Amino acid sequence: MSDYQTHEHDVLVIGAGGAGLRAAIEASASGVSVGLVCKSLLGKAHTVMAEGGMAAAMGNVDDRDNWKVHFSDTMRGGQYLNNWVMAEIHAKEAPERVRELEKWGALFDRTKDGRILQRNFGGHRYPRLAHVGDRTGLEMIRTLQDYGIHQGITVYMEHTTTALLKDGERVVGAFGYDRERGRFRVFKAKSIVLATGGIGRAYKITSNSWEYTGDGQALAYYAGADLMDMEFIQFHPTGMVWPPSVRGILVTEGVRGEGGRLLNNKGERFMFNDIPDLYKNQVAKDAEEGWRYVEGDKSANRPPELLTRDHVARCINREVKAGRGSPHGGVYLDIAWIKEKVSSAQDRIKKKLPSMYHQFKELAGVDITTEPMEVGPTTHYVMGGVRVDGLTQMSNVPGLFAAGEVAAGLHGANRLGGNSLSDLLVFGKRAGQYAAEFAKKYGSGSIDEDQVKVAAKKALEPFDRPNGENPYIVQHALQEMMQDKVGIVRTEADMAAALDGLAVLKKRAAGVGIDGNREYNPGWHTALDLDNLLICSEAATRSAIDRRESRGGHFRDDHSEKKKEFSEHNTVIRRAPDGGMQLRREAIPPLRDDLKQVIEENK
Amino acid sequence: MQKAMFRVWKGQGEQAGFKDYHTEVGDGMVVLDAIHQIQAESEPTLACRWNCKAGKCGSCSAEVNGKPRLMCMTRLDTLDLSMPVIIEPMKSFPHMKDLVTDVSWNYEVKKRIKPFRPRKPDAPDGTWRIQQSDVDRVQEFRKCIECFLCQNVCHVLRDHHKHDEFAGPRHFVYTAALEMHPLDTEDRTAYLKDEEGLGYCNITKCCTKVCPEHITITDNAIIPLKERVVDEFYDPLTKLFRMFKPKH
Repeated sequence: MSDYQTHEHDVLVIGAGGAGLRAAIEASASGVSVGLVCKSLLGKAHTVMAEGGMAAAMGNVDDRDNWKVHFSDTMRGGQYLNNWVMAEIHAKEAPERVRELEKWGALFDRTKDGRILQRNFGGHRYPRLAHVGDRTGLEMIRTLQDYGIHQGITVYMEHTTTALLKDGERVVGAFGYDRERGRFRVFKAKSIVLATGGIGRAYKITSNSWEYTGDGQALAYYAGADLMDMEFIQFHPTGMVWPPSVRGILVTEGVRGEGGRLLNNKGERFMFNDIPDLYKNQVAKDAEEGWRYVEGDKSANRPPELLTRDHVARCINREVKAGRGSPHGGVYLDIAWIKEKVSSAQDRIKKKLPSMYHQFKELAGVDITTEPMEVGPTTHYVMGGVRVDGLTQMSNVPGLFAAGEVAAGLHGANRLGGNSLSDLLVFGKRAGQYAAEFAKKYGSGSIDEDQVKVAAKKALEPFDRPNGENPYIVQHALQEMMQDKVGIVRTEADMAAALDGLAVLKKRAAGVGIDGNREYNPGWHTALDLDNLLICSEAATRSAIDRRESRGGHFRDDHSEKKKEFSEHNTVIRRAPDGGMQLRREAIPPLRDDLKQVIEENK
Repeated sequence: MQKAMFRVWKGQGEQAGFKDYHTEVGDGMVVLDAIHQIQAESEPTLACRWNCKAGKCGSCSAEVNGKPRLMCMTRLDTLDLSMPVIIEPMKSFPHMKDLVTDVSWNYEVKKRIKPFRPRKPDAPDGTWRIQQSDVDRVQEFRKCIECFLCQNVCHVLRDHHKHDEFAGPRHFVYTAALEMHPLDTEDRTAYLKDEEGLGYCNITKCCTKVCPEHITITDNAIIPLKERVVDEFYDPLTKLFRMFKPKH
């Protein structure tokens, strides 16, 4: 049964969103042969959905901005659990990466003097996000795609990877199948970059696409790589809540960046009632000052709606729980109110937030230029992922690199909006560069046929059980449970129950079956995704149980304060020799003195 | 809850045909939700492409009651549910399975179009100065989500199968985005005429009608490109000028 085709490249990149494309471009530019494998068609990856913009301290709108402020904002947002090497590199290199996109054809909105315009976003002190209306992700992926197709990269569209192949300690290839025909493929490579994105499909309410099944995290885990910070999952404060079929679809933070205010059912702007200590000096005193900030008044502080996502999401959750929510269990997000301030409000909203206007009009029948939206938290992003070296993006497995959402470190306990797109570019580039270097230095390894046979057998197992349980049913059960037990507010008891639940679901997943053949069979694809989702869910749950405090994206009702004893380590998961999941606490290296100084200066 | 009937194209090759499914219809549901429900309830093998479910990725293109649509943006409450909802794959591309077609031709065509080539940077730091109005002019074309519904509905491809000679509306929009890019210096006019087959388009505007991003494909992209071709190759004055222009 293990008939397969072999493809050979120096560097194999798995995933073709922003990070994967950028890595492939960089590796290719250094003269090695590059294969790029992706689950969907090229240009459809999750990056396409990013709306608000990419953060880079170019200082085009406010010249007080520089890498030091961006670094400090990122560290503060991440509650100081960030890999500070990455945070520094990111803040320093993001502007160059944005300008490079422009060189490749991206068109951003402009300032009056013709430079790249930057907008306000949560947790960023100054207007920092290069953007194109509210479809920045599309602009980014299309630019990388249209540039990338001329760089000699071989693209394998609609291919799923199910296992990494090793030669001793290092990775030397990947095993998978093409989704169209279900034929097995072995990709032989000298180094591999994982750029597979996140794990959002482990949750019921999510802004993530079907692809976000934690493939890269699970592939790395089985290959012996460390997963870090898996307890930190970002619940974006504003997802759509009504009608039910659109629940979870993202409503960009850009709405708040453009002046949108959050209201409860009493009409109160509740965000003013709860300002965290870390941000006391940076929040507007009243609505008037908040509006001046939106309008670019440099002496004004941001409105509280632009606090970090973890905080805003919890405030919304609290309003809803206290019975002050909107009819369908959210709160109101109102941008229409700016008509009190500007005469051409309707045009401005349509110009600045065109896809939001479109999305609400078509999917919810709501005109956002005249009425408020109903919004609530939605699973959006995992800060955790494969633990990598801050400079090279290599994991603890030689030859295995990771970039973008699948990697951990840059964002610490909570990611700032806009730092994701810049993350993809900065670390996508670095991963590509160092993966190419690794390939040149170490050459080929050899593929072990036994590993291929094991992977092939595992992939075909669901066909042996034509009367097994429907994989969709198991996936839905997992999503319900994670939403309910390891969601936005967590407790020891809930999570202990989740672990028991996961054990049961693992058994059920081992019993799912499908009929039909291997050609474009979504039932089969879903069956194979289950294991990845389960690994990520278990890693998230175990890490969350171990962190008996609340910080960033991880909030515990039974330990609702931030605690000193949890402020100096990351949670790391590794697969034990017996196949069990091992957890350890890894001390964060002490911050360099000059960076300490930078943070102090930007308090 | 109301139940509705969905008549979905199912199977491969000669064996493919319509198959009926019944599923419940809830508030605000779109066609893609119905397909997902059918997969989960009774037909796990039912193949369709999708990604974002928010009209941003352009993956779930199909023909719903004969109309080319994104399944994720087609609300069931806009359809007559007393009749079966008919869902078929796009017809201009080779059928693969169920609702999935082979759209790889589009990727090959795009690769042959000369890429973006910017002018020299305007500022010593390697950056450019661009006016917002120049950005706005091409923004419309850059909204394209590559759903290929315009390609699907274009009769040059759908009925006359000119895939070898005609690039289709999507690639005219792409070419227009490049040609009207404020920094681009490449010339694609000859290519448009000779290789993209722009002349085959007789501006019936079917592409514009089906575009989920509301890009005015015919008026804003195709017609201006046709004018460029005419100016360069068929204008008598230009022709005269070219006769005397030194060849290089």
